[in-house]
Formats: sequence, C-alpha cells, structure tokens
Amino acid sequence: MKHTISVLVRNQFGVLARVAGLFSGRGYNIDSLSVAETQDPQFSRMTIVSHGDEAVLEQIVKQLNKLIDVVKVTDYHDHDKDCVMRELALIKVHTTPQTRGEIMQIVNIFRAKVVDISPKTMMIEVTGPEAKLEALIEMLRPFGIKEMVQSGRVALSRK
Amino acid sequence: MGRTRNYNGTRVTEVKKEKMMARTGADVVVEALLKEGVEVAFGYPGGAILDVFDRLYKAQDKFRFILVRHEQGAAHMADGYARATGKPGVCVVTSGPGATNTVTGIATAYMDSIPMVIISGQVPSYYIGNDAFQEADVTGITRPITKHNYLVKNVKDLPRVMKEAFYIARTGRPGPVLVDIAKDVQKAVCEEPYPETVDLPSYQPKYEGHINQIKKMAEAIKKSKRPVAYVGGGVILSNASEELYTFIKKTRIPVTMTLMGLGAYPSTEPESLHMLGMHGTRYANYAVQESDLLLAIGARFDDRVTGKLDGFAPHATIVHVDIDPTSIAKNVKVHIPVVGDVKDVLTKLNKIVEAPEIEEWRARIAEWKERYPLTYELRDDEIIAQEVIVAIGKLTHGEAIITTDVGQHQMWAAQFLPFTRPRRWITSGGLGTMGFGLPSAIGAQVGFPDQLVINISGDGGIQMVAQELATARINRLPVICVILNNAYLGMVRQWQELFYDKQYAMTCLERTVECALWCGGPGSECPGYIPDFVKLAEAHDCYGQRIRKREEIEPALKGAFERARKERRPCVLEFMVAREENVYPMVPAGARLDQMIDRLI
Repeated sequence: MKHTISVLVRNQFGVLARVAGLFSGRGYNIDSLSVAETQDPQFSRMTIVSHGDEAVLEQIVKQLNKLIDVVKVTDYHDHDKDCVMRELALIKVHTTPQTRGEIMQIVNIFRAKVVDISPKTMMIEVTGPEAKLEALIEMLRPFGIKEMVQSGRVALSRK
Repeated sequence: MGRTRNYNGTRVTEVKKEKMMARTGADVVVEALLKEGVEVAFGYPGGAILDVFDRLYKAQDKFRFILVRHEQGAAHMADGYARATGKPGVCVVTSGPGATNTVTGIATAYMDSIPMVIISGQVPSYYIGNDAFQEADVTGITRPITKHNYLVKNVKDLPRVMKEAFYIARTGRPGPVLVDIAKDVQKAVCEEPYPETVDLPSYQPKYEGHINQIKKMAEAIKKSKRPVAYVGGGVILSNASEELYTFIKKTRIPVTMTLMGLGAYPSTEPESLHMLGMHGTRYANYAVQESDLLLAIGARFDDRVTGKLDGFAPHATIVHVDIDPTSIAKNVKVHIPVVGDVKDVLTKLNKIVEAPEIEEWRARIAEWKERYPLTYELRDDEIIAQEVIVAIGKLTHGEAIITTDVGQHQMWAAQFLPFTRPRRWITSGGLGTMGFGLPSAIGAQVGFPDQLVINISGDGGIQMVAQELATARINRLPVICVILNNAYLGMVRQWQELFYDKQYAMTCLERTVECALWCGGPGSECPGYIPDFVKLAEAHDCYGQRIRKREEIEPALKGAFERARKERRPCVLEFMVAREENVYPMVPAGARLDQMIDRLI
C-alpha cells in the first residue's frame, strides 16, 4: 500500500540525513522524497512516498515522530480526498515535422506545457497527480522519449 | 596575589594576573557540566578538545575527571556510572579517532536506553569537510546510535545545545546524546547565557498514561485467569520498582524479568519467575506461553525474549506499557497499549486495580518451579563457572553491584545470582558488547566509592578492555574483576557444539600457531593460556590470584573483598573453569519459548 507522508521538520543541520538514515537503517522503502522550506524559514516540509504493510507504515510514522527535529507527521492514503498531491515531470520527446502537431495536441489535452523546442526534440512540462503523469508518458512513449526527469510528490492538506 | 604549592610540595608565591578572562566556548562546556550537576566526567584529551581540557583542568576542584586508557572505556564507564546512579554519564573526547573509539560504547548505551552526554572535539569549522587531520564526520557516524546529536559550528548555539543535550539524554526514553564542538567554537567568546529551560516544541515526551487505557488494563487484570507480568529495563530506568512491588503484592501476579529488568522485582520473592527468554527459566517461559494476559511493562519484546514471534504467548491478551510509542506494536500485536512513564502508569493502576482470582494458576506455576529449577552439575576434577557465580551470590546477597561482559558467564550470572534491588545489575543487553564489564564496573565504583563492585568477565571479554585496570588502580577504584577462564569464547563455542557439528572455529583462545590445523578439542596437548592474568594484574599493581579448586573459591572471593576495601586497589581473580560447559535451558534460534532444550541427563 502506497502512502504519502508529510513531515514538518525544524530546519536544522542534518535533518534530511536523519530522516533518510531512519528509512535506510530500518529497512523502510522510499519511493520518492521532496523537501523545501515552508513559508516559515525555520521549518521545512518533506513529502515522502513509501510503501509497506500497515504495521510498517505505523512504525514509520512513530519513528519519524520520535526524531527530535520532527514537528509533525501526517500520513495520507493514496486516494485521500482531503489533500492535494502533485508531481512534476520534464519529458524530452523525439519529434519530426510530421509528429510535432500530434504531440502538441496531446500536450493540450493534458494541459501540459511545451517549454523547449529544437528541430528534433520537444521538452514538455507537466504537473498533476501521479496517474495523469503516467497517462501522458504512455501517450508520448510511441514517439520516443529521449530523456525524462520527475520530481518527488508534494502534498498539502485542504483543511 | 595567591599562595599555592608546587608539585613537589614546596610552597611558592605566585603572582596571579587577576585579569577578567572572557568566557569562551570551552568555559561554556564546563559551566554546563556544573549547572547540570555533573560530578564526574570520563575521557581522554587530544588536539581538537584541548581548550575544553584546559578549562576542565582548572575546574578539577569542582568535579572529578577520570582519565581512561581508551575512549571505549570512557564511554562504558560513563554508561556504568549512569546505570548505577541514574544520573547521566559524561564523556569528553577528541575528534576523529577519539570520537570513533566511543562508538561501541555509545551504541551500547543507545540499545539499553542509558542517559549519556558525549562531548567530542571537532576540527575547526573552516576545516570541516576538508579531510583535515583527525577529522571524522562524527555526527554522521553516530546519528543512528544516538538519541540525538549536534554539531556546533557557532558559539552562540553552544549554551542552548548543551542544555538541550542534557535534557534530551535524561528525559522520555533516555539515551545518549553527542555534542560535537568545532575547535574554533571552543576558543570563541560566548555572550549567550546558559539557559534555565529548554524550548523544544518538537520534543515532548509523554509521561502520563491515559487513564482510560489504565482502566482497561485493570479490567483485563480482574478478568484474567492466567496473568503474567513481563517487566524490563524500563521499570529500572523509570525508578518504578516500588510501584511494581506494590502492584505485584496487591495482585499476586507472577512476574518474570528480562535481562535488563533483573532487580526490578526481588528474585527472592515467591511471585518472581526470574528471567524469561532464550536462557530464561522453564517456568517463566511456560508461564508466558500459557498465559491469558501478558502485562509487558517497560519491556520491548526483543527476539531473545520472544523466540519465534508467531508462537509467542499465543493465548494472551497483550498489554504494553512503555514511554516510547515506537516500542509498542513493533514486534507483536498489542491489544491494550499504554503510552506513558511506567512509574506514573503503575501509580495510577495501583489505585484502581483489583486482584484477580488466580490461585489455580499460581499453584500450577509453583509446580513448574518445583519441577524445573535451574540446575548445574558439579564435576569432580574441575570447577565450573556456575559454582563461582553461586558463591558470589551467597557472599553478596544481591547487595554488591555486579557488572558483566557478554556470553555464557553473563547468562549464568543472570540465572544464578540473587537480585534484590534495582541498579545493582549492570549488563549490556541490547547490543551485547564484550568488554563492557570492567569499564562499567569502574564507572559504577566512581558513583559508589564504598560499595562492593564486582565485574564478572570471560577470558575473551576482559582482553578487549584489560588496559582499564590501570584506570581503576590509578584512581583507587577497587573493583573486583572475576575472570571465568574456560579458554573459549564460550557462548559461540556452545553454538558451534550444538549447531555446527562441534567445529570450534576460531573460538579457542588458548590456540597458538603451533596447534594442529584441525584440533580434536581440548586436552593435555593444549599449549597453555596467554596472557597470564595474574601477572597482567600485577603489572597494573592490582592484586592477582588464580583459583583452580572448589575449596578455594569462597576464601579467594572473601579475601579479595577484604583486600579491595583495605588496600583500595582492584583485585583480579582468575577462575580456571571447565572448558566445555553449556548454558541451559536454551531456546534455539527460531524455536518457540516452550521448545527449550536442556542438558542430556
């Protein structure tokens, strides 16, 4: 079961190492991790996507809470309606004069953006939930994806 | 102007420059130690901690500094001191190798939740990351084995960090905290005052057990027919032995202890089932397996306790009282979790709990106790380790502080010594650290100078830390060091005997290069033991004696106790014990608790 864990941490030296070390030391999985400062520079928010059975997830949340620098841990289920989850991808896709138009149409359908273009490639930026990114990638795959980079997930509660 | 004495005792008149010296980071460290009530620190100097030592030297009249012979010794001594006194142990070491030498000691303390503060020097902040001389990423290395750690690169942070370090080490589930201080920070002038309080909103240990959960616990007790209390080191850390005693006497529930919990409840009382687990008593393990209610109090369901997890206490409703939420439901499913300090929870529980009707159960347990006592078989021609331990128990009645290393002697000590009160039994449970015994005994002796302190070691463990005999002698710390010499790494050899076709791979400590490549086991061909522990003791100006005969055991122990008290120097007693002797009963790895094996009779 995939979980998205949002961790508010004190912006201290070594805090990322503490969290990452906790996961590796205890054998927990990290599918993705993203971290940046919040509106208050004293704190950062980490969003960690992890999977494991319920007992493991419960331990992850408890162990995170135990870290001195961790202020708050929120565990979101994959289809949690109470929070917005987003990922970002940059996709460099192979183009020819014949395929360029079709690719543009797909980009429009997904409300993605073309951020760079060259005679043989086009770079597409897309944000959204994981499923949307996956769907776009599948649509672009036949044209030839030359390179791709994806961010970790970020999540914020609606409440 | 001040009058003082020279080192050779002659009086000299010295003009002191009474200039106001600015307060530096090094002064802050000393100030912190004094304000936190530290009475003793253990350590070893070096380049990156020179400034702190300079100030420690000046403050020698305010607290004691024990100069060790190896930093691992310092860490174990601080640990032993903390376990015996309940106060945080303090070590001060230098950067790089100084700090890395403490790692085993820190991990030992971490696994057993012992409050410690380790202060290490670090290379100047502008050199950090440049592979400077004696540089190591000490906060990186110790991150997984400390409760928390700090690297101080700005002197402004130092007073707050020192305050937090002591606060974090001693509160909640205690543990070691390391403060790594860059050398330039030690020299820098500090204007920040030492704070009176800490401000750590993200660290709020929960002491008070929820009353509803405690009520549920009381209800489960009332209804139970076959309850067992399983208590661990948390009872000792929480100083809750009295509350536990009240609880057990009120409910008459049989109580078993983990290795770390020995002493939490007197083993001499009828409700005591002694230790459970891999080398626990049959009656404790049977009681746990048959129980319908298991009250885990300040214990953490370690694999050495539970045996095969899915066959552990199969009929029991499990109640778990622990201050650390991560301990709860980590290894076993818990039906009634109670997060809180054991002392608080038991105090509240004792007010509402009613005794269950368990006469039948108590009778059954009494029968098990009768039928399956811990036993050993004396031999005609040689002494065995167990009888030495029984003699120690007989002469000390649980009043002495006993420390151990790890292995067979540790298990025999746990099985055959009487335990009447907490903080008298000091052993490395979680990490299982060989070499823990002697330095932790020294630490305990520092905390209780007039108490009889006995370290029980094997011939393997003692050689990992034997240099600390010098520390003990120099500081007039008259520990008794009992070496049970079977010339083997006994516990490993036992596993080899039972599970590896008696192939004693690299466990014989008597073996020399002259021995046959594949030897047929101990015999008259054996080359003789190196080192000579009696001479080793004498080289450190300690008393040394070798004991081979049964009738010498008690006189030797009594003589050493007397000598240590009078001469105030350590005594080393080397008992030559049977080479091949096993710890029984034993739950083999992967077996259920009730599937114990015993000696063949």
